[in-house]
Amino acid sequence: MSNGEHLSKQYDHELETLRSRTLQMGGMVEAQVQAAITSYERPDDKVADQVIEGDRAINAQEVELDRDVVNMIVRRQPTAGDLRMIIGVARTTTELERIGDEATKIARAAKWHFEKQRSVRTPRLRDIHTSALAAAGMLRGALDAFARLDSAAAAAIIEEDRGVDQQFQAILRQLITFMMEDPRTISASLDAVWVAKAIERIGDHAKNIAEHVIFVAQGTDVRHASPEEIARAVSSE
Amino acid sequence: MNEESAQAVFGTAPQQTQDDSVKAEVDRLNFYYGDYRGLKDITLRVYNKRVTALIGPSGCGKSTFLRCFNRIHDLYPGNRYEGSIRLYPDNIDILGRAIDPIDVRMRIGMVFQKPSPFPTTIFENVAYGPRLRGLAPRAAVADKVEQALRGAALWDEVKDRLHTLASNLSGGQQQRLCIARALAADPELLLFDEPTSALDPIATASIEELISSLKDTVSILIVTHNMQQAARCSDYTAFLYMGELIEFGETDQIFIRPTKRETEDYITGRFG
Repeated sequence: MSNGEHLSKQYDHELETLRSRTLQMGGMVEAQVQAAITSYERPDDKVADQVIEGDRAINAQEVELDRDVVNMIVRRQPTAGDLRMIIGVARTTTELERIGDEATKIARAAKWHFEKQRSVRTPRLRDIHTSALAAAGMLRGALDAFARLDSAAAAAIIEEDRGVDQQFQAILRQLITFMMEDPRTISASLDAVWVAKAIERIGDHAKNIAEHVIFVAQGTDVRHASPEEIARAVSSE
Repeated sequence: MNEESAQAVFGTAPQQTQDDSVKAEVDRLNFYYGDYRGLKDITLRVYNKRVTALIGPSGCGKSTFLRCFNRIHDLYPGNRYEGSIRLYPDNIDILGRAIDPIDVRMRIGMVFQKPSPFPTTIFENVAYGPRLRGLAPRAAVADKVEQALRGAALWDEVKDRLHTLASNLSGGQQQRLCIARALAADPELLLFDEPTSALDPIATASIEELISSLKDTVSILIVTHNMQQAARCSDYTAFLYMGELIEFGETDQIFIRPTKRETEDYITGRFG
C-alpha cells in the first residue's frame, strides 16, 4: 500500500479519521469484553448492567462508521489500497459489533448467575478464564495488526484461533462429565457453556478481523484459506 | 492430429501465437518524435474481443502508443518506430516497411476525442469507407450504412434523416456517427482516443454501453483520462508513465491490488 499523500488533503483526512475511529471502536469493544468477563467471574451484576448498557454505544459506532464508508464510496470512488482500507473498515466494524454482542451475552449470563445466587460454583471457571484471556489477547492483537497493517502479525492471530477453539472443546467435554456426575450442576454448567461459547465466538471474530487486515494490506482474500495458503500469501508480501 | 499432419492438411505453418485469444502483440516498441523517445520498450498483448484501457497522466505516451496502431505518425516527418506490432490471426507486423498504412487503417479503425464527422450528410459519412473499398451497388451501400448505424446504436435516432447534415447531430450522436463510420469498414481492432471527454454524462454512458456491446465483434483499445471509465468498461488495463509501460493486468487486479507503487499512486490520486 502507498503511504503518500493524496492530491486531496480532505480525502487523506477522511481516510485517517475512518481508520482511527475504527480503532477507537475496537478499544471500546475490548473494554466491553474485559468488563463482561469480570462481571461473570465475580459475579457482579452492576458491571454486567454497564456492559449491557454500553453495547448501545458500540451499535451506534457501527452505524456511523458504516454511513461514513458508504459516503466515501459515493464521493471518492476509492481504488486500490484506499478501496481495500474502506472495505476493511466496513468488514471490521461488523466483526467488532458482533464481539460487542457476545460480550453482552456473557454479561447476561453473569446477571443470571448473580441473581440466582448459585451456591454451586461452576467447576470450569479457571478454564473459562484462560480461554477468555486468549480470546481477549487475539482481539487486542488483531486491532494492533489493523493499526499497523501488519500481515505477519495478522497471520499469527489467525493461527491462535485454533487454540481457542480447542479450549472450548475441552471445556465442553469437562462440563458434560461434570453434569453427568451431578445433575444438580446442569443449570450452572449450561450457563458456563454459553459463556464459553461466547468467548470462542469472540476468538472467531478476532480471527476474521485479522483476515481483513491481510486483505487491506495485501489485497489477498484469505478467508476460508488453509494455514499453508495464508502463510504463502503473507510471505509473498 | 499432430502439427505436421495439420500443416499438411491446412497448408499453413503454425503461428507464433497459437491461441486465438490474442489480437495483437506489441514487442519492444519504441517510438521517436525526431530525437525525443516518446515510447520506451513497450511489450504488451491486446486480447481478442476484449477492451484494453490505456491510462496514465498527460504526456505519458498513451495517445502516442494508440496512434502507432494505425500508423497516424507516418503523416509527420521525423517520426520513427522501432520494434513490432504483430496483428493476428495472419501474423503481420503492421509497422513493417512493406505494409501500406492505408491497409492497416482499413483493418484498424480510430475514433477521436472530438467528434469529427465529415461536412456532409449522415449517410455519406458512413458510406464513404465502403465506397472507398469498392462497394458500388446502391442497395449494398445502403445495407452497409444501416448495419453500421445499428452497430453504433444510432440507427433509430437518425433513420428518418439520413440525408441531413451530420453537423446537426448532438455531440454524443456525432461521436456515435464516427463509431458507425469506423464500423462500416468492418475493422478488427477499434482505437478510441478519449472518446467521451467532450461529452455529457448521458452521452458518455451511451458510448460506454456501446463499447461493451462492440466487443462481441471487435477488439478495442481505449485511451482515457477518466479512471472510473477504465474501471467500468475495460477487461484489461495498462498504466503508462513517462513513455514506459509500468503495469499491465486484468482491470480488477489493477484497480484492487496493483503491484507497482506508481500505479497505486496514480489511480488513488496521490502525488507521483
